[in-house]
Amino acid sequence: MRDLKEIQLSMQPPMVQGDHNYGTVSDKIGDVTLKRRTPFHWFIGFGIAFMIAQALLFTITVLLARGIGIWGNNQPVGWAFDIINFVWWIGIGHAGTLISAILLLLNQKWRTSINRFAEAMTLFAVACAAMFPLLHTGRPWLAAYWLFPYPNTMGVWPQFRSPLIWDVFAVSTYATISLLFWYVGLIPDLATLRDRAKDKKFKFLYGIFSWGWRGSARHWHRYEIAYLLLAGLSTPLVLSVHSIVSLDFSVSQVPGWHATIFPPYFVAGAIFAGFAMVLILTIPLRVWYNMKDFITDTHLIYMGKVMLATGLIVVYGYAMEAFFGWYSASQYEVFMIKNRIWEGPYWYMYWLLILCNGISIQFLWFKRFRESAFWLFIISIVVSIGMWLERFVIIVTSLNRDFLPSSWAMYSPTVFDLSMFIGTIGFFFTLIYLFVRFLPIISIFEVRTLLPEANVHGHQQDFDESVLEVEYTYDRTDPPNK
Amino acid sequence: MSDKLYGLMAEFDSATELVDAANAVREAGYTKTDAFSPFPLHDIDEALGVKRSILPVLVFFGGITGLMLGIALQVFVHYIDYPLNVGGRPYLSWPSFVPPSFELTILVAGFTAVFGMLFLNGLPRPYHPVFNVSRFALASREKFFLIVEAADPQYSYDETRGFLEGLGPQEVFDVPE
Repeated sequence: MRDLKEIQLSMQPPMVQGDHNYGTVSDKIGDVTLKRRTPFHWFIGFGIAFMIAQALLFTITVLLARGIGIWGNNQPVGWAFDIINFVWWIGIGHAGTLISAILLLLNQKWRTSINRFAEAMTLFAVACAAMFPLLHTGRPWLAAYWLFPYPNTMGVWPQFRSPLIWDVFAVSTYATISLLFWYVGLIPDLATLRDRAKDKKFKFLYGIFSWGWRGSARHWHRYEIAYLLLAGLSTPLVLSVHSIVSLDFSVSQVPGWHATIFPPYFVAGAIFAGFAMVLILTIPLRVWYNMKDFITDTHLIYMGKVMLATGLIVVYGYAMEAFFGWYSASQYEVFMIKNRIWEGPYWYMYWLLILCNGISIQFLWFKRFRESAFWLFIISIVVSIGMWLERFVIIVTSLNRDFLPSSWAMYSPTVFDLSMFIGTIGFFFTLIYLFVRFLPIISIFEVRTLLPEANVHGHQQDFDESVLEVEYTYDRTDPPNK
Repeated sequence: MSDKLYGLMAEFDSATELVDAANAVREAGYTKTDAFSPFPLHDIDEALGVKRSILPVLVFFGGITGLMLGIALQVFVHYIDYPLNVGGRPYLSWPSFVPPSFELTILVAGFTAVFGMLFLNGLPRPYHPVFNVSRFALASREKFFLIVEAADPQYSYDETRGFLEGLGPQEVFDVPE
């Protein structure tokens, strides 16, 4: 019979590998930020991302000068790349909050070393997402009065019965709360950097932004309460955001949009896409910055499993959409499904989508693929493309052939549609590179709590000392991960 | 060193030593004490006798405020200030007011949680006497500190220092004001 420790290890593999103590953890993560010399590969990556981001700047300039006519949107395809990209980016953002909030409440320790940059990813993705609907208004500074309720000289108000206004509230709340969550998590780590920085300038800056944090027991007590409450608040928030995004579609009557399955199906898709993006960022990051001790293979395997599970929910959503179309017995719904899958001009998009989101994830059933960082990376990229195609299929193929055949039209993106989309990708990676250089990419203080010596008299110092947990601790003299 | 001391600070190597020492200090009757650690320790709350924070109550009322704000805003806009008949729907079409009210609930509650925590913690506070001890920079890294403030009624320099040294710390520091 295996002893208790072995069972425990097989249930919860160690989340920190190698021989680490509080000091080495702080150094290893903190040094990425505090090192004076910026690694050469950082300049290359940042340079490329920054150059691509210029495409965004250029497109926005042209857009503001000439109006949204530079895009390929037409009648009846009034929503196209702008909304596809909006939903795509917002979806990617969801993994950050899921990891930081939901997995925290579920007491999943593997979230600890990936939550920081997953949250940063959320913020940057939401920033990219918000640009699209704002710029779709053409002149955002004139759109403020119907986006936000403020007493204006015209005496008019936003229409709160419209899902588009719900979206404004949901996305702006989500961005704000994600920022707070991320920043609160950063405070103790910024204090660590403040105490370790040699450079006066950075010492001062980190000092300002850590608010004079000194790690007092009373402060930690309130800090943990605030952090847990934020997690509890973010959990329904993150579910509501993509639900509300999906209501933008499902409250309307367009066949292909008007479906009750949309909210859960969108949320699952968001988490699916988000985990794919986390993997895309994690896999190179942990190699370049030598963080394999903290972001172990176990982390990647777990993320692969989450991707598989949410991917299957999404595939179920595709099946249900087709079923509803047939079962509705409405000629418009039946036509929409036929148009989408085999009769319409965009049928190949649908099958590419099934290939990317439905077929590719089936490899994750096999250990060989789950345990290979290379294959996880490839599958994640394929899934990201697939999730973009999903929004294309939902939005464009539903609109391009609507109720009246006389108003049917084809949609094709212009060069500005493409440059804006690619530009936001550049902008996103520019922000990611800046984040990696100036802030700790892994939550230092939370990784400290994972070390076996953090246990006081055998009590684990989690946020949530769940009674469900198997109570077992390592002997203090044992090497933790052998 | 200046004459006036803020308190006496003991440095420990491990979390367990800190918690044991905090227990001993509390049992000896000291009340104006604090502990510093590089990560949150649950057992220290009990050891130091930290009272449960009022923060959750504040956050609850923050959330209620946000909810009320959301409902009031939409009722004002669509029922009082500018009633607009859209497709014969009632002016008080409350189900459609749910999502913005929900979002505002979360928003205000979240702000209360973060800024309430900072406010109750007395942050921002860039200067604090504990920073005068140079070893204290390690409190955010790997070491654990326990302080008995001079304001404690039971405090007397020699006795307290002797007591802290008896707890087996690495070192005991004077913390200048």
